[in-house]
Amino acid sequence: MTMALVTSGPGDKAGQVEALRRQVARIERGARDTATPVLPFGVAGIDRHLPGGGLMRGALHEVSGQGPDAEDAAAPAAFVVGLAARLDPAKPVLWCQMGEGDLYGPGLAACGLAPSRLLIARARNAADLLWAMEEGLRTRSLAAAVGEIADLPGPASRRLQLAAESSGVTAFALRRFRLPDAASRAPNASVTRWRVSPAPSAPAAGEPGLGRPRWRLELWRARGAAPAEWIVEACDATGHVALPAALGDGPARRERLRIVGA
Amino acid sequence: MDRRGASGCGSSAHKPAVLAVSVGGRRILSAVNPAAEALGLLPGLTLADARARVPGLDVANADPEGDAAALLRLAQWCGRYSPWTVPHGADSVLLDITGCAHLAGGEDRLGAALFERLARRGIGARLGIADTIGGACAIARGGGHAVNIVAPGATRDALAALPVRALRLGGEMAAALERLGLRHIGDLYRLPRAALAQRFDAALMTRLDEALGEEREALSPLPPAPPRWTRRQFAEPIAARDSIEAAIRVLLESLCRSLGEEGLGARLLVLTLHRVDGESASLAVGTARPNRDAAHLMRLFAERIERIDPGLGIEDMMLAARRAEPLGARQLALPRAGQDGVTADDAAMLIDRLANRLGARSVGRLVPRAAHLPERAQHFVFAFATGGDAFRADQPRPVRLLPFPEPIEAIAPVPDDPPLNFRWRRRLHRVARAEGPERILGEWWRGEREAELLRDYYRVEDEDGRRYWLFRAGLYRPDAAARWFLHGLCA
Repeated sequence: MTMALVTSGPGDKAGQVEALRRQVARIERGARDTATPVLPFGVAGIDRHLPGGGLMRGALHEVSGQGPDAEDAAAPAAFVVGLAARLDPAKPVLWCQMGEGDLYGPGLAACGLAPSRLLIARARNAADLLWAMEEGLRTRSLAAAVGEIADLPGPASRRLQLAAESSGVTAFALRRFRLPDAASRAPNASVTRWRVSPAPSAPAAGEPGLGRPRWRLELWRARGAAPAEWIVEACDATGHVALPAALGDGPARRERLRIVGA
Repeated sequence: MDRRGASGCGSSAHKPAVLAVSVGGRRILSAVNPAAEALGLLPGLTLADARARVPGLDVANADPEGDAAALLRLAQWCGRYSPWTVPHGADSVLLDITGCAHLAGGEDRLGAALFERLARRGIGARLGIADTIGGACAIARGGGHAVNIVAPGATRDALAALPVRALRLGGEMAAALERLGLRHIGDLYRLPRAALAQRFDAALMTRLDEALGEEREALSPLPPAPPRWTRRQFAEPIAARDSIEAAIRVLLESLCRSLGEEGLGARLLVLTLHRVDGESASLAVGTARPNRDAAHLMRLFAERIERIDPGLGIEDMMLAARRAEPLGARQLALPRAGQDGVTADDAAMLIDRLANRLGARSVGRLVPRAAHLPERAQHFVFAFATGGDAFRADQPRPVRLLPFPEPIEAIAPVPDDPPLNFRWRRRLHRVARAEGPERILGEWWRGEREAELLRDYYRVEDEDGRRYWLFRAGLYRPDAAARWFLHGLCA
């Protein structure tokens, strides 16, 4: 049972305190940080909401899709690819998957990650996959380690979180495959837990074809931040998400910040 | 009694040719071929004089270091005839063939075989076999045959008729001796030693004594190549995981040390274990790049120790570097936590560890391939394989591609239009927006089936905003139902 920290608005003190506390913990563990401790999304509403002003580096983040079906696996993958690509453009990204996987190089390039930077590890079972991810997290030569996994038990997530903290490499658990609902929502050590689902795009009137894809980005669990959700435009070729123009230009910046509780 | 063999080498050509070196601003001949020697050109002459005497002389720059390296290689190559070989001076190789000659069928056969092999490699050589190093050198230089053999104990007589130059003396000393009429080594025998030693350098007597075996001269052979394997036998058979691990660590440290001396790194290590019951097992570990970091290699083995079945105990372990490649002196230890400085070797070591547990074919990259069909446009290569250009980013492509296009039921009332709705995996999707078609043709050169292949791809978005990559196979025909497939999932 988790008590949600519900506060009045963005930029809350509790979030800043949490960020500072984690920074102190990292310094105490001996991980020296030259880069900034967070990766900003570049979207003011999201960055203001997250403690520290962005996605925490050297931590475990969980990303899942709207559901367990194959068709729900594309948006969360693209979301992770965009973030991983921006973490450290000079270093490779380790992608651990079960078996041959279905990542498509030409499509990844469009989300900001050159496939030449992608190191793929094909695991036979979940134990090997978690091991490979942890090995990656213990090397400082990676930008990020991503694992496509169905079940992420508490102890395994804590190991990943500790490994990420010790090296400063960011970990993403990309939840996939069918699991009972309770298991997929079971608590784990992830610092943030996201759900990325597609949202209808809105091409300008008269514009033929598809517009830029949109996602509903739900932050349903985060340490030091209240749950929230946003509608964003999907990663561009630099890996950045953006606020839809129509929403961003609105007079009241109609970002849909809602407190949902967890 | 030692039997020594010596071979002197030099190129044999019919055209006069010389090598020149620069000494104090002058160009001096350092070596001449037989044709040049016949024309009176000798080492030590200035190049200007030599050119004046022999117009059209072939001159090349001497490369003493290259010569020394080549001579060393030749000495190592001679190891097939004797374990004790060493380059000697600027142009000779010494072989201690004591106890080896019978393997080749006698000294004469050994000499002939060596001469013939050298000739096949284009190396002109003269061979001498005698009891002493000096004697072998002298008979090789002055003997007049290709292979000169001095019978055991006959060195003194055999050398008597040779010119004094054959005695490894400096050019000036030999010239001085010749001026005094001492042309042959035998002439020196008759003179009082004290007078000779006084008149000339003591080196003359030393050289003479060495040739005659009155002064001992030792041959310091080339060290044998360090072994690329180590072995450990246990007084008590071991079976516990900790003991096995400790033993592997000791073997690795010793092997890495000897690899370091050779400037090599291991690419493939094989550990062989002999059990008390006579069974043996082996364990192989490969690395992506040459490596001799014992700690890193130990981690690779540690992953697999569980796979060792020690049975009643292991009595003997052998670790061999089956494949080794050059690795510079800079060997980086694994960086510890909190230590800065990340190198490409870190990534290489990570790949090693992953590949050793998951399998070498399970760690890799996606690289583009020039192909029309999307499913062939990428392939998976081992992580360190070279090549791999960037993928084209200008075409809209899905993030995930299904292994095979899956048939869908689609309703598309208008030819060449995207479907209005489709059913995939038992779920109905209503298409809200679409883009296309993008026509992709098969690769006609692959065969007839491929030549007829035609796909019109559409990107569609359903009512919830999910995006799919669909295609209709073949051209629209009013008399046949169109076949639709779903091929990829877009972000």
